[in-house]
Amino acid sequence: MSSEWERVCPVDDLEVERGVTALVHGQAIAIFRTHDDEIHALGNYDPFARASVLARGIVGTRGGVPFVASPMHKHAFDLRTGRCLDDETHSVPVYDVVVEDGMVLVGRRKQAVA
Amino acid sequence: MTHLRSTLVVVGHGMVGHRLVQAAIERGLTETHDIVVIGAERRPAYDRVALTSFFAADSADELSLLPAGAYDDPRVTLVLDAEVTEIDRAGRAVTYVSPAPGNVSEPLANPGRVETIGYDALVLATGAAPFVPPVEGRDKDGCFVYRTIEDLEAIRAASGSATSGIVIGGGLLGLEAANALVQLGLETHVVEMAPRLMPVQLDGSGGATLVRHIEKLGVTVHTGVLTEAITGDAAVAGLRVRPAGTEEGAGTSTVDAGIVVFSAGIRPRDALARECGLDVAERGGVLVDEQCRTSDPHVFAIGECAAPGGRMYGLVAPGYAMAEVVVDALRDGPGTFTGADMSTKLKLLGVDVASFGDAFATTPDSLELVYSDAVAGVYKKLVVAESEDGSFRLLGGILVGDASAYGTLRPLVASGIALPANPEELILPASRGGVELGMPDEAQVCSCNDVTKAQIVHAVAEDGCETVADVKRCTRAGSTCGSCVPLVKNIVEEHFASVGKVVDKGLCEHFRLTRQELFDVVAVHGYRRFDDIVEAHGTGRGCDVCKPAIASILASQFNGHVLDDDTRRLQDTNDAYLANIQRNGTYSVVPRIPGGEITPEKLIVIGEVARDFNLYTKITGGQRIDLFGARMEELPAIWRRLVDAGFESGHAYGKSLRTVKSCVGSTWCRFGVQDSVGLAIALELRYRGLRSPHKLKGGVSGCARECAEARSKDFGIIATEKGWNLYVGGNGGAVPAHARLLAGDLDTHELISYLDRYLMFYIRTADRLQRTAGWIDSLEGGLDRVREVVVEDSLGLGAELEAEMARHVGSYFDEWKATLEDPDKLSRFVSFVNAPDTPDPAISFTEERGQIKPAESEGPVALGATIPVGSPDAVGAGR
Repeated sequence: MSSEWERVCPVDDLEVERGVTALVHGQAIAIFRTHDDEIHALGNYDPFARASVLARGIVGTRGGVPFVASPMHKHAFDLRTGRCLDDETHSVPVYDVVVEDGMVLVGRRKQAVA
Repeated sequence: MTHLRSTLVVVGHGMVGHRLVQAAIERGLTETHDIVVIGAERRPAYDRVALTSFFAADSADELSLLPAGAYDDPRVTLVLDAEVTEIDRAGRAVTYVSPAPGNVSEPLANPGRVETIGYDALVLATGAAPFVPPVEGRDKDGCFVYRTIEDLEAIRAASGSATSGIVIGGGLLGLEAANALVQLGLETHVVEMAPRLMPVQLDGSGGATLVRHIEKLGVTVHTGVLTEAITGDAAVAGLRVRPAGTEEGAGTSTVDAGIVVFSAGIRPRDALARECGLDVAERGGVLVDEQCRTSDPHVFAIGECAAPGGRMYGLVAPGYAMAEVVVDALRDGPGTFTGADMSTKLKLLGVDVASFGDAFATTPDSLELVYSDAVAGVYKKLVVAESEDGSFRLLGGILVGDASAYGTLRPLVASGIALPANPEELILPASRGGVELGMPDEAQVCSCNDVTKAQIVHAVAEDGCETVADVKRCTRAGSTCGSCVPLVKNIVEEHFASVGKVVDKGLCEHFRLTRQELFDVVAVHGYRRFDDIVEAHGTGRGCDVCKPAIASILASQFNGHVLDDDTRRLQDTNDAYLANIQRNGTYSVVPRIPGGEITPEKLIVIGEVARDFNLYTKITGGQRIDLFGARMEELPAIWRRLVDAGFESGHAYGKSLRTVKSCVGSTWCRFGVQDSVGLAIALELRYRGLRSPHKLKGGVSGCARECAEARSKDFGIIATEKGWNLYVGGNGGAVPAHARLLAGDLDTHELISYLDRYLMFYIRTADRLQRTAGWIDSLEGGLDRVREVVVEDSLGLGAELEAEMARHVGSYFDEWKATLEDPDKLSRFVSFVNAPDTPDPAISFTEERGQIKPAESEGPVALGATIPVGSPDAVGAGR
């Protein structure tokens, strides 16, 4: 288990509603901290624009759902599930994330939520 | 081919002749007909209704209805400066001579070329000529008429040596002419034989209200006065007049002036028709039937030269209707012309005047409702009739000083629907009236272009129009005089409300406020943080719509750094990294090159930076150089080199001023009349970094050849012999717009003050992502409104807008230089927060024509290991 968690950065380095990109197990992961202090980790790759950019998007809410708008063509992705809010046939992977001793750790790719 | 093509000859290329050709092209008549248009003036059709604006425009092109000088359709031939000398009805041929003898000073020395062309159908659209009453001395130097651009040019030329001028005729055209004299700086008199101004449209009280307005402008009005003679030797010295209705010699007085303009009505130009034996009306005009056909079935007449049913119509809207009828007739359609709405609404010398329907209450048993406020200079009268059911119907009315109700009232006359219980509400101040009156579908909303309410609703419901601008394009409603625009707006809003579509003008789900309202809220409360604004005036945590909009508003008002703590997470993609993101997630870099002027040394620096960082280079349309393919983490190092060499941000990434493009101007060009490069640089440096609702572009051309393409910019400046002409509201892109003249012959100081006001007014009031062209269209009054606020300072905002711009100019700093000096801001420019030295493996390049280009990616690219997946049915697998 422990080897599956990778240390990313101090949680204090995460600005509220502004993403960072981390390299976890060789993958580009977008990490966000929302206004209610939840931390979310998503694949950084925008499947519409085919570019590794999601961490650079604007974070907000849509009808209460926290989301990031891709900086390329503004597709919105649910920060909790990775599902695209504009096109249900697309989604990005989401990852387990915890804060331990002030450090952000990213773990496994999450299972699908029914 | 079984059908041979037919030939349609149109004599006359005024507004109505032009409309005929337009309608013929639009409705497919050119599929079967070749069209030859023969115009007597040297210019193609121009907007004669707006003739007074010619002095403000300075260039005749401003008024042109056909700026390209030719029709797009190759089946239409336009022959200008040609006079038709004979119509051979038996042989169906027209003979003309070019150049027109009237246009050359010595026709005998230049007899012109004579041509004859055959026709299958002929349309006479020869218009009307000014009527000059048989007054003694009317041929003296200094006597003019008011009809063509040449007339205005002649009046202007004569105005240099005169101090005062007289207009004979106080009707609609006479007051237009008076306006022209006022604009020329002449002490102006209007002499009218009737006891009031605009006797055809106004009653005594309305006329008196108008006189008070006009005299405030320094115009002296003489009503009830008969002109006996024009005095002076060879040149005009003034008028000898006496009270109308008195004997000759009784109470004679004189009015001195160096210029006399006759504007005592118009007469149909029907000489050609008379010569070829067509029937004419008793009082002049070519007699035509309901299809506008003359006594010869192959010949039609339309506009002011025609007399349908013996009556002449001296307005443009009936002429347009006749043009449509003729096109219909030539396509075997059913259209007829059975009379026209002679309603008038116009701004005379800055005063709103409208007259419609039975304005003089000639209908038996009609009643009058009057609202008069002599202090404010407002007079409104409604003429109504009581129906059998006790309700009232509107028959007509007069509005002077405030004609805002015209758009609502006039269609009520045409539709004949019952008025509300208190009809006086319609003319009391602050009355809104309008759609709650339940206008019927067949009610005509736009009389200029004959558009009904049903057609507007159809455009909205079926054709996907969402805004007044869409409806204008789609139906032409409101595109001529504009008086019905408020009504069109009401109809559009009413439709959306009726189908349950909330016409939400709010920015997004988080703010019910419009951008303009948010701008004011920020200004009033002095908010500087998004959190404060959304807590007080919104809901939720914002989104990619409202956050950049608020970031832009904060930047416009406070000009802080876009990457400051409170604003950086609001910034749109490009502002967030001060560069333009490209398809593979890399960025492009554009240093500012003001006016497109650059030294060889600086050009070499750009080349060296591009070479050292292996960037793709391309020249932009804005006269600068774009460097592509920079990884985000390389941006600070690239900018370090550029800033050290004296470059600064070009803001190519921002909704802000981009470039002010220039031609080389009088410094080098043998045609240039002003230093366009110098002005372009000054303007680009003045407005650099100015955040706005959308990108802003400018251009400066050193002469009328317009090599800088300034009129395709949000603000374009074109040099004249006397200074600068300022054009506004242009853009390229998907919906190109040609900038229109705001003010002419400005000195540099005036130019900058108008530009400051214009840009700040736009920034304050435009919608998010609305370019200046759309913004101007969205204002009630359009370009005239901009001119009122910017040039005439009607809101008294001028000084405030200029002060705001001065604050922007004074607080400008280069945001890339500031970023390089701030380790906190720089810390964001890393590929990975936990592996800052590892470039993102998703980015790679191939080569094309000796430079890099992005390699296509098929999916996420990993470095080495991959992350364990919780279960095979992972979210990321997609469905």
